[in-house]
Parts: sequence; C-alpha cells; structure tokens
Amino acid sequence: MTVSQETLDEIALSRAEYEAVVDRLGREPSQLELGLFGALWSEHCGYKHTKALLRTLPSSSDRMLVAPGAENAGVVDLGDGLAVAMKIESHNHPSAVEPFEGAATGVGGIIRDIFAMGARPIALLNSLRFGQPDGARTRYLLNGVIGGISSYGNCIGIPDVGGEIFFSNAYKGNPLVNAMCVGLIENGRVASASAKNPGDLLLLVGADTGRDGIHGASGLASRTFGEQAELRSAVQVGNPFLEKVLIEACLEALVLPGVVGLQDCGAAGITSAAIEMAERSGMGLRLYVDRVPRRELGMTPYEVMLSESQERMLLAVTPGHEGPVFELFKKWDLDASVIGEFETGSNVSIFDEGILASTTPIVALTDAPEYILSNQKPQWLTTLQNADLSKVPMPDTSPAETLLRMLAAPNIASRFPLYRQYDYHVQTNTVIEPGGDAAVLRLKGSKRGIALSTDCNGRICFLDPNVGTVIAVAESCRNLSVTGAEPVALTDGLNFGNPETPDVQFQLTESIKGMSRAAEAFGIPIVSGNASLYNESAGKAIFPTPIIGSLGLLEDVEKHSTVGFKSEGDVIVLLGSESVWDSTDGLAGSEYLDFVHDRVEGQPRIDLDLEIRVQSVCRAAVRAGLVLSAHDVSDGGIAITIAECSIIGGIGATIDESPAAGGLRWDAAMFGESQSRIVVTVSADRLSDLLALAATEDVPATVMGTVGGDALSFGDMFTTPLATAAEAWKTGFSAATSD
Amino acid sequence: MRFGIVVFPGTWSERDTNHAISGVLGQEAEYIWHGDDKIDHFDAIVLPGGFSYGDFLRCGAIARFSPVMEAVRAFADRGGPVIGICNGFQILCESGLLPGVLMRNDHLEFRCIWTDLKVENSSTMFTSAAKQGQVLHIPMSHGEGNFQADSATIERLEGEGQVVFRYADTNGNVTPEVNPNGSINNIAGIVNGRGNVLGMMPHPEKACEALIGGTDGNVIFSSMIENIVNSLA
Ligand SMILES: [Mg+2]
Repeated sequence: MTVSQETLDEIALSRAEYEAVVDRLGREPSQLELGLFGALWSEHCGYKHTKALLRTLPSSSDRMLVAPGAENAGVVDLGDGLAVAMKIESHNHPSAVEPFEGAATGVGGIIRDIFAMGARPIALLNSLRFGQPDGARTRYLLNGVIGGISSYGNCIGIPDVGGEIFFSNAYKGNPLVNAMCVGLIENGRVASASAKNPGDLLLLVGADTGRDGIHGASGLASRTFGEQAELRSAVQVGNPFLEKVLIEACLEALVLPGVVGLQDCGAAGITSAAIEMAERSGMGLRLYVDRVPRRELGMTPYEVMLSESQERMLLAVTPGHEGPVFELFKKWDLDASVIGEFETGSNVSIFDEGILASTTPIVALTDAPEYILSNQKPQWLTTLQNADLSKVPMPDTSPAETLLRMLAAPNIASRFPLYRQYDYHVQTNTVIEPGGDAAVLRLKGSKRGIALSTDCNGRICFLDPNVGTVIAVAESCRNLSVTGAEPVALTDGLNFGNPETPDVQFQLTESIKGMSRAAEAFGIPIVSGNASLYNESAGKAIFPTPIIGSLGLLEDVEKHSTVGFKSEGDVIVLLGSESVWDSTDGLAGSEYLDFVHDRVEGQPRIDLDLEIRVQSVCRAAVRAGLVLSAHDVSDGGIAITIAECSIIGGIGATIDESPAAGGLRWDAAMFGESQSRIVVTVSADRLSDLLALAATEDVPATVMGTVGGDALSFGDMFTTPLATAAEAWKTGFSAATSD
Repeated sequence: MRFGIVVFPGTWSERDTNHAISGVLGQEAEYIWHGDDKIDHFDAIVLPGGFSYGDFLRCGAIARFSPVMEAVRAFADRGGPVIGICNGFQILCESGLLPGVLMRNDHLEFRCIWTDLKVENSSTMFTSAAKQGQVLHIPMSHGEGNFQADSATIERLEGEGQVVFRYADTNGNVTPEVNPNGSINNIAGIVNGRGNVLGMMPHPEKACEALIGGTDGNVIFSSMIENIVNSLA
C-alpha cells in the first residue's frame, strides 16, 4: 500500500479501513476518493460503532410518519392535520475548540435538518455539560457557548424554550453542546431528501463555499484530540441572518412545481449531502464541482467536496422547472446553482472543468464498516456500585444551612440568568416558559399543544449505564407528564468517550439496552438521533451521556399544570411513594452526595412499572383539573422540589413530618433522589378524589402537608423564611459562574 | 381597517404581528415586501421586530435605505399611523422619523423578560384605550434597546408628552432597578411631535392572548383601530 500514515491520520481512517476501501473498489482510491471515504466512513457520518446497537431501538408507532434514519429527522403525526419533525444533534468538539462559533453552528445545523423536512422550526432546546464553573477555562467555554446559542437563536426568530445545563468535572476538558429542534409541518406535506427521476437537477442554494470546516466530521468529531489549536480551522462560522432567509426561501420553494427534494448540507458538506441523496433515490449522480460558487480562489475539488461552510442546502428539481426556483432565490438575494444531475446507475462521478476526476460506487461509500462492541462490566464499577452509603458522614452544616447550600448549587440554582439571554416568546406559542419541568407550546389553529424536554443525568449513567438510561427516558417523560402531556416520541443524543476502549463499549451497549427497554415500556418510538463519540480529554472519558429529547402531546393545551404552589390551604401530596422522606438508597448518584461529599457512588434503581403508573395518574389528574401544581422529584431530592414549588409560586409550605422522624438520616430523607415521585397540590375538598384516582392504578399517594405562609417548615426540625430560600436559589447560578 | 406589515429579509415578528392583528383582533393585515413602495392603500403601517438585513452595521441602519422606507416616510408625512416595534423602533430612529438612538443594553447581554410599562401619555392614538398611569405587562426581547438622545431632545420629548411608555414595577414605580437596558429616564417608547409615529422596544404582539401570558399588548393595537376607524368614519 502506498498511502502514508500521515494521510490516513488526516482523514481519520485506520490502515485496516483503508484496506477495506481498496478491497471494495478493487483498486487504490484516488486522493479525492480517499477524502470522500474519510468523511463518509467517519464515526460522525458512518456510525461505525453504534449502527448495530441503534438498530435495536424501538422505532415503530402509529404516529410515525417518517422512520428514523430514513430522512434528516423523524416525523410524528399529532392529529388535527399536524405533524412535527424533531431531532437532537451534538456540536461538542467544535464547541470545545471555538465555543461561540461551535455552539452557534450547532444550532444552525439542527435547524437545517428540521426545515429540510418541510417543517417550520418552532422550538429550540439545548442540553449543555461543562466542568465545574470555578475554573477560568470553563467560564470561557460557558460564556462562549451561551453567547453563540443566544446570538444565533435570537437572530433567527425561533424560540429557545428549554433544555438543561449540568456541571461536573467529568466534562471539564470536553464540554457537551447538544441542540434540539422541533418543526411543525403545517401543510401536511413532508419533504424528502431525494430525487424523483434520473435527469433531476441538483441545485446548491445559500452561502458560497469556502475552506472552513474541512475535516470537521472526520477530524474533530471522530477521534480524540489533544491538538485543539491545530484543528481550529476545522470549525465553521455561522451566519444566522443567511439561515433565516434560507428557511423562508426553502419553505417557499417546496411549494413550487418540480421541486422534488430538499437536503441540508451538514457534516462532510456536499459529499455527505449529495451522495446520501443519491443513495436514498436509488440513483447515480454526476457532480460538477467547478459550478459550486466559491468564497475563495484556488480551491481544489477535494476542498470543495469536503467544505463544511454553513447555511447551504441542496434541492432536487425536475428539469424545466428550475426557472421559477432561480427567481425565488433571487428575490431572497440568495445564490442558486445547478451543480449536478441524478442519473440511472449507482456511481457518483465528479467532474472538474469538464474532466472526470473520479467515479465511485455509491454503496461502497455509504456502507461504512460496522464494529461489534464488547460488553464487559469493569470491576471498578462494581466497587463503586457496592459502596456502603450508610457510611457517608453527616454534613457539617445544619439541615437549614444544607438546604440553602443545595439551593444555590450550580446544578440546582435557577437558570433564569441564563435563559433570559434567549428569546423564548417569539412565534407567540409559549404557554410554559423555560424554568418549568417541560416547555409547553400551543399549536395555532388547534386546541392541541406540545410539551418538550431534554434530560440525562450523566452521573447516574456513569454508575449504571443501563439503569441510568432507563432513568433518563423516565425522567424526560415524567417532565412531560407533570404538565399533563402524554409522551409520544423521543430523540436521542448519544455522547460517549472513545468507542475503541472496553469501558466505553460496555457503557454504549448497556445504555442502548436501557433506552430500548424504557422506550418499549412507555410504548413510544425513538424517531431520530445522533451519536458523538471520542468525548474525552487527557485519556479520560466523559460520563456516558445519552441525552433524551422528548415530545409530549396535550389534547387540550388549556388543561396543563405548572410547577408553582398556588393558594393558602392547598394540600401537598406525594405521588409514587408511601413515605414522605427518602432513604439512604436514594443517595446513590445524587447531587447531594457529589456536591456536599464529593462522592459519585452507589447503585441507582428504578421500578419502571411503578414509574409508568405514577405518570399516568399524574396526567389523568391534570386532565381532570384535580391538580393545581405538579413538579417531579429529581436533582436535589424532595426538599429541593418542595422549595422550588414554593419559590416559583411565591408562597410557603409546611411539611408535617420531620426529615429525622423515625431515626432516618435527615440528609438522605431530604436530598435522596429515588425515582418515580411527583409532588402535586390539590384543593382540600378534592383530596379524596385525587387519592381515589391514585388508588385505581395502585399508585401510592401520601399527604405531606399544606401550602401557605411565607416560610418553609420541615416538621419540628427547622423553618426557613421563603425569602431566604428564594435568594439562595435565584442568585446561586450567577454567584457560581462569575467572580 | 387594513394594516400593512413591512417585511425585510431577517424580520421575524411579522407572523406574530399578523396573528395579533388579524387572528386575535379580527382586522385585515397584509405583508409588504421591503422592495415595494406602494403602500397608500393601508390605514396603518407596522414595522415589526427581527434582525433586518442581519443588523450587520447598526440595528436598522441598512433597512432605512430600502424602497419601502421612502414610502413609509411619505405615509407618515401625510399623517398616516406608523408603529415600529423593537427592530422597527430602531429603523424609525435610523430613518429620522423618531429622534434618538438605541444602543447596546448597558449590561451588554441580550434580554428576554416580561416588563411592566407605565403608560405616561394615554392621549395618543396608540394608548387611548389605556388609563393614564396604567401598567401594561408586555415582554421585551432585545440586545440593543438602550434609548439615548441629547439632553435637548430628551427635554423636548419629556416636555411635550412624547414619552409614551416607561419601564416600571408592577405598581407603576419608575426605578433604576426595573430599567432592563439602561435607557435614559427608563424610556421604553416614544411618539413623534405630530403623534402619528410610535416606536417601542417591548413587543405588544407577544402579549395578545391569556394562554401565552397576557393580553395587555392588545391595548395598543385596539387604540389604533378605534382611532383610525373613527377618523375614517
Ligand atoms: Mg423535572
């Protein structure tokens, strides 16, 4: 073999993969072809280490209009002639190198996936992970990422309605930036990223092509990197104004006669977009690289094919119909050029100035190798899981002080200082704003509404990738259910370390098993997804972080529930547990154990069957108008849940039983994170109706106390003024992230 | 009556404005593309929010050179009602239809929050449905809404009752604590001397239904509708 190791490193192919290329072609690839293989066989485009696992995920549902992987995003039917496209995508590595542009182009990329389906983007969410916010580098990354998301999203007129942010030093060298977009298909017509007939023209529209982002997919996203600075040129630069105009122009173009397909240019640029389009159409393709409008002089065909310049889309247009398409794009001041045509056959032929540069079988390019992962549980994990949590020392602060400390923790404090930097009102559909368990949007012209959430506790997935992922799905659905919405679809953003190591192979395998189990139990499909591997720095992998984006449906959006306690005298009821307070087991993987004791250990658990019944009762109670507020118990345990309900509602609460009642550890009682618990309130005269409803599904329902006053009282143990708790919770985030 | 809603490349509030005016308040509304200059058949013009032309230079600085803005100027000169919201306010200032400038928020961050606006002048055609001193709960969403002008201009605006809205608390107290962007005298909206051109940073079209947080924005559009319908009758 003549190819140098240096060349292979540049395109991130192994020697064995190179040999597989030669084997498939029956010859050595040209330099241009090698670039195509490097891009399409990258982990990012080729899913080499996840394909086999992803096939096992449940993907069928009566509501499914477009199956996962078939197009750029999954599409779900919501009834009333409405359908939504949804997907989550990562931009971790670019954000680690250039946080502002990395995050901004991540948002831009996922929006293109959505409007490529013919959907008008109606919501963005983002799921972020950083190291502890006390370091200068983390602050730089945090400010850059928030600035990038804010600048791109605000400019483009799509509301940013939710998501999460979580700090742990497991993400210190490798932050996670996942963006989710949801789009509404208004006219019932789902677009396809394919051509109809041989002879159809391939049009490139939008931005000119430059040298930015070359090797973005293969370089940044598909290997570990210590040489960040050298890869900076692989980060693209975004222009939200251009994207906004591109959305309007493309949605208008889709109604023109003869416009048969729409595809976004994302990772690996024209290479991936055009070749995948041809494969989907079952046709061959001729590409004329010299017709691609350039931003820079002297670009080679290799550079044009692999550029990841942003804000570009491909259209398939029946010949003879291109005139009105050109006129439309001219109206929007956008370039449109015919850069190729579909043909019968199965090869992609690339021409430059009339000369054939390469002809390659499409199937050889798109059918990337598939690796089967090992599944060996590491011994260190068993040790962590078996840690004796009863030996954890009690904190050196009083219960009241510990509650205030927890309320101000970077992972618990109010995120308002962050999301007030995003426009969450534009499009005037936002019924529940960021800060609730899930965002709720109304759908104009219908009584229906949708709820959206993203969730994943990486710490719990680290302690048990299988159970942790079940919990991620359960929590995401629970966040929908507390608003009253029925979960209908999921999208997954897999963020893991180096898949060539046994520990990460175990984490990936078990995580997907857990996701499958949970999605099947809830009876909802995973309609789209994304995998980002090689997330590690200095040889240390991040926590396994399978982020779950969830979509819920409200038949009547007026009938929804919110977090805040409402009125004096309302009764506080805990659904899902017979005891008010948690036990020592609940400390496993908890925020309290990590934040106060710097320990990540224990065995997380969930009873999936109970979880489903608890959520079902909660939804029924919201629908019946029984519930006045609802908030699930998650990070920080039930004491934090109660405090949040009070702070947000602006009214105090009295819990009757002391957290130390019956000789319990008060810290575990208050801050344990046992699953499947929801705190609801009900007016005193309807309490018996709620308890009866819970009994029909055999769900424990425990009266905890009463809403009212201006303090938080925890039995006879302690009372804290609500204003003090609110101050801790409201200022904690800014205090932790600034000097 | 018929509203014309101007659309520049990069405008994003045109659909929200249309929904409030036609969907909620039942009036006719039509989009006007920035290249059009025939707007005489409209009874009122809205310059909605967004990032016209990407706001590459200064907010609104490129939009003011578009053909439609020549027509809007002529429309306003004839006494036609014009309301500029957020980016539309910025365009009105850049075009000289309103005095002053909108600078970067003093804290340098984009800010999306609900504001409470004290109605300082309820005798304008945009506020006649409100009581003097009434507080309207309306969201804002901008990075450059810090209204500033030279002291002579501020004196004139204050003296002539051209300050229409001020950022206040829920009880109508105007304090530095509730100033969300550094605007001089907490100014959130002003009218021209003739009283037919209003610019405001908060978004009345985003407060048009109880389900999305409130209906106070309708006070402004309803005032316009009532006054224009009466003047046409
Ligand atoms: Mg929650």
